[in-house]
Amino acid sequence: MAETTATGAGMPQLDVSTFSNQIFWLIVTLVALYFIMSRVALPRIAAVLADRRGTITSDIAAAEEYKLKAREAEEAYTKALAEARAEANRIVEAARAEMQAELDVQLQKADAEISAKAAESERRIREIRDSALEMVSDVSNDITADILGVFDAKADKASVVAAVSERMKGGA
Amino acid sequence: MEGDIAEMGKFIGVGLTAIGMGGAAIGVGNIAGNFLSGALRNPSAAAGQTAMLFIGIAFAEALGIFSFLVALLLMFAV
Amino acid sequence: MRNKGTETVASESSGFEIKPMDQFEVKALFGGDVSWYTPTNVTLWMALTVLAASALMIFGARGRALVPSRAQSAAELAYGFVHNMVRDVAGHDAVRFFPHIFTLFMFVLFANLLGLIPFAFTTTSHIAVTAVLAFTVFLSVTALGFILNGAKFLGLFWVSSAPLALRPVLALIELISYFARPISHSIRLAGAMMAGHAVAKVFAGFAGALGAAFFVPVLAVTALYALELLVAVIQAYVFTILTCVYLRDALHPSH
Repeated sequence: MAETTATGAGMPQLDVSTFSNQIFWLIVTLVALYFIMSRVALPRIAAVLADRRGTITSDIAAAEEYKLKAREAEEAYTKALAEARAEANRIVEAARAEMQAELDVQLQKADAEISAKAAESERRIREIRDSALEMVSDVSNDITADILGVFDAKADKASVVAAVSERMKGGA
Repeated sequence: MEGDIAEMGKFIGVGLTAIGMGGAAIGVGNIAGNFLSGALRNPSAAAGQTAMLFIGIAFAEALGIFSFLVALLLMFAV
Repeated sequence: MRNKGTETVASESSGFEIKPMDQFEVKALFGGDVSWYTPTNVTLWMALTVLAASALMIFGARGRALVPSRAQSAAELAYGFVHNMVRDVAGHDAVRFFPHIFTLFMFVLFANLLGLIPFAFTTTSHIAVTAVLAFTVFLSVTALGFILNGAKFLGLFWVSSAPLALRPVLALIELISYFARPISHSIRLAGAMMAGHAVAKVFAGFAGALGAAFFVPVLAVTALYALELLVAVIQAYVFTILTCVYLRDALHPSH
């Protein structure tokens, strides 16, 4: 009804008399906001966002580079380690071979000495035994001759020796 | 007396238009429920369709707002 | 209940007064009549809207920090949100209209949000305002469609996937729905804003009338207020996304 809109009791939204005012101020403020946004605010934020994206990209690239470097360093380290280990093994091996050679030489020398000493000892033992045997036969001859003398039996020396040696061979 | 009957009719009309808002409520609920059941079936596709959800809700809700507007017009402007 | 007269609707009923529509009244700031150039509360709150949006987008982002402050992240969030919306809904070639759509979004959003301040005036609750916004969108999108596509823009109404016999009928329906766009576009926003504020006012009026039980409507108003906050943001979002949808139709009219 006309009287309700005039008194403001109805819906103010339908009060046509204020429309021009609202539309005028809406256009003014909207245009102002558009220029503020498109000229100042949005380029600034777009610049900040682009800046951040660039920074992030370059940071990621740098991180990638560092990662690569770290991997390289690790590879070099591993390689150096392997080399050092191989070198150590080689040195150990060489030392062992040297010692083995030395040891072999010493052992041979010792073996030769020992065998020489053993041969010497054996020879001397044989000598002693031979001389002992000789002495035994001599003593036996003498004793036999003496015994034969006691019994007054005549026997020449050669036959006595032969008989004694005969007997000793058989006895021994 | 005449005025009273006219006013009574107006209020009855306002009450009847409020039923329209119930229809909008059913519509919005329908959209949200169907979206949810679809989203639970295929959650990976749900994120891309929330814009469609809001557009659908806006269209359904607009009709309820129209009936509310009619109620307001009846109440204050007629 | 009502026995006085028919003119004073809702101005006086049983003992207390609830005037849910008074908050929408346009008043001159310095008294006098409202003519087209008079500074009114519309002027004030629209100016505050512009100031608030500019404050967020310019002073919030003035640090240009690589690691943003809170205000700056809010500004960047709004920027990214609208930018993605324009790109995803309207297509890549619509990004050149991003400043226009962003302006629209910020204006509606801040007008809605500032309207939630108690005793504030909600500019977007007025059909005159939202109609100007919606018709600006409608006219510029239609003009854009014809400028970019020429007569091919009319293909929007000619559904080539439908059977030939149905096409004229569909064209009529499409045409009607096309021209209904700005109406629903504007009334949706104004109606949602008006409805929320009127209901809040009615509940607040109950609080004064109920006396000792005042806390019941106060709690209801609190809950309603949270809902209204959501509605304010969603309506701004919906207004913008529908603009993007219309823009997509203008840029790519083929169905």
